[in-house]
Amino acid sequence: MTMERATILSGFGGQGLLFAGQVLAQAGMLEGKHVSWLPSYGPEMRGGTASCTVIVADRPIGSPVVDRADIVIALNPPSLAKFEGLLAPGGLLVLNDSLIEAVPGRTDLEILRVPCSALAREVGDERVISVIALGAAIARRPIVGEAAVREALGAKGRPEVVDANLRALALGLERGAPVVA
Amino acid sequence: MTAVAERPRLMKGNEAMADAAIEAGCDAYFGYPITPQAELLERMARRMPELGRVFVQAESEVGAINMALGAAATGAKVLVSTSSPGMSLMAEAMSYMAGSELPIVLINVMRGGPGLGSIGPSQSDYFQATKGHGHGDYRVPVLAPSSISEAVALVADSFELAARYRTPVILLADGIQGQAMEPVMPTFRMPDWDTASWELTGADGREPRVVKSLHLRPEDLEVHNAHLQAKFATITEREVRWAGEQLEDAEVVVVAYGTAARVARTAIERARADGLHVGLFRPITLWPFPSKALAELAPRLRAIVVVELSAGQMVEDVRLAVERVPVFFHGRTGGMVPTPSEVVDRLRVAWALTAPTP
Repeated sequence: MTMERATILSGFGGQGLLFAGQVLAQAGMLEGKHVSWLPSYGPEMRGGTASCTVIVADRPIGSPVVDRADIVIALNPPSLAKFEGLLAPGGLLVLNDSLIEAVPGRTDLEILRVPCSALAREVGDERVISVIALGAAIARRPIVGEAAVREALGAKGRPEVVDANLRALALGLERGAPVVA
Repeated sequence: MTAVAERPRLMKGNEAMADAAIEAGCDAYFGYPITPQAELLERMARRMPELGRVFVQAESEVGAINMALGAAATGAKVLVSTSSPGMSLMAEAMSYMAGSELPIVLINVMRGGPGLGSIGPSQSDYFQATKGHGHGDYRVPVLAPSSISEAVALVADSFELAARYRTPVILLADGIQGQAMEPVMPTFRMPDWDTASWELTGADGREPRVVKSLHLRPEDLEVHNAHLQAKFATITEREVRWAGEQLEDAEVVVVAYGTAARVARTAIERARADGLHVGLFRPITLWPFPSKALAELAPRLRAIVVVELSAGQMVEDVRLAVERVPVFFHGRTGGMVPTPSEVVDRLRVAWALTAPTP
């Protein structure tokens, strides 16, 4: 059985979405998988809505543009409205509980609410918000391993940035971990 | 062959194409910024001066391509890159370079048109690339990658073709390929480049040479055109490239290149899961078009479905290549991309409306 998982990361420009998407793609590549990363590259600006699509697969990837996703990370309300409909039944929807009050209309999804903005303030850097959401997502859907994500993060930026990102990842993983009964 | 590292790198298409040109030995780059190819120019701006090579951001696309013409006449290995509206501005010099038989590589990262259009991905410059940019009887080889790895390989191949046939070569990509990231094995290639017999480097100690497209006597120009046509015939004979996927048992075949071929691949996988025997015919050279290979495949098909990010351009070459087989089309325009499910729907229509081949 072949595996192909599409993740859409979406939110405000400046929330680090494109970065977190690259980390996910890089992690998949480090695990020897096929990956693609595609940004929305319209006339976006800081504060506007931005998104990227990351595909991780165990065979060559077809369309880098998807019409159904396995995971949607929505960090602001417009992103929820825009991408909820693309999720396949049973797909994972990670919502930034700090900014999104709306309740998704669909009942066939797994919904994970994470106060990403509040947790980012705990780390002391607003820009790690997307890495927190990514951590929560891969805790529920291990499309890439934690070790590969840590390695990908470790290669990006100054030591204090890497440190903040690794703490953010840990917070996200903790929030996303399935509750053991 | 220069293997730089063994591990794949996650690279943006624009940056990967820039690196491939540098590793192919590109001496000089001329360009003008335009989305969605700007990162290609940016990377050349950073790396070419570091290597002691030429980088010029010209005052316009017209300036850039004419600088390229001048540099190519001296035997330099020249790269120019742009996106659709910029390509239109470069049309005149393309005609002059084809007439003067000057080798250069031009990368067009297509965006939606006509006019300034949008910055979204598009394939609506197919006619322009394959049927002529400027005036006169000429063609130039057009190569179309469908992945970033393939784009890297085709950059080197483009330089090789340019030198071998003394011709401009177009590498036709689209905004998705420029902007997306994929793993790239940094196995870049330095192709042969021999311009010693004609380059203009100063006539000290030898007979002067002339590189020009002006032949005022019609008799002379006709001879020159016959020479060019013979060259185009040789290219058509020798340089056709295409790739097939799951053609062995295919009854309906998608013909698509570049990003459209990637969308088609996903659609084919879904259609096959539903029991439809479908495959992919992917032209890699858009000129010369793989007409013969497609004509040989066609008699055992019940239908062909052409998918493009345009209102239908390559579909004309497909229809010219095949007889009797119904040819269906699906395209999106303006920077929109066909979805896999749209293509699956079109495949179902083609399947339903046609009879199985005996």
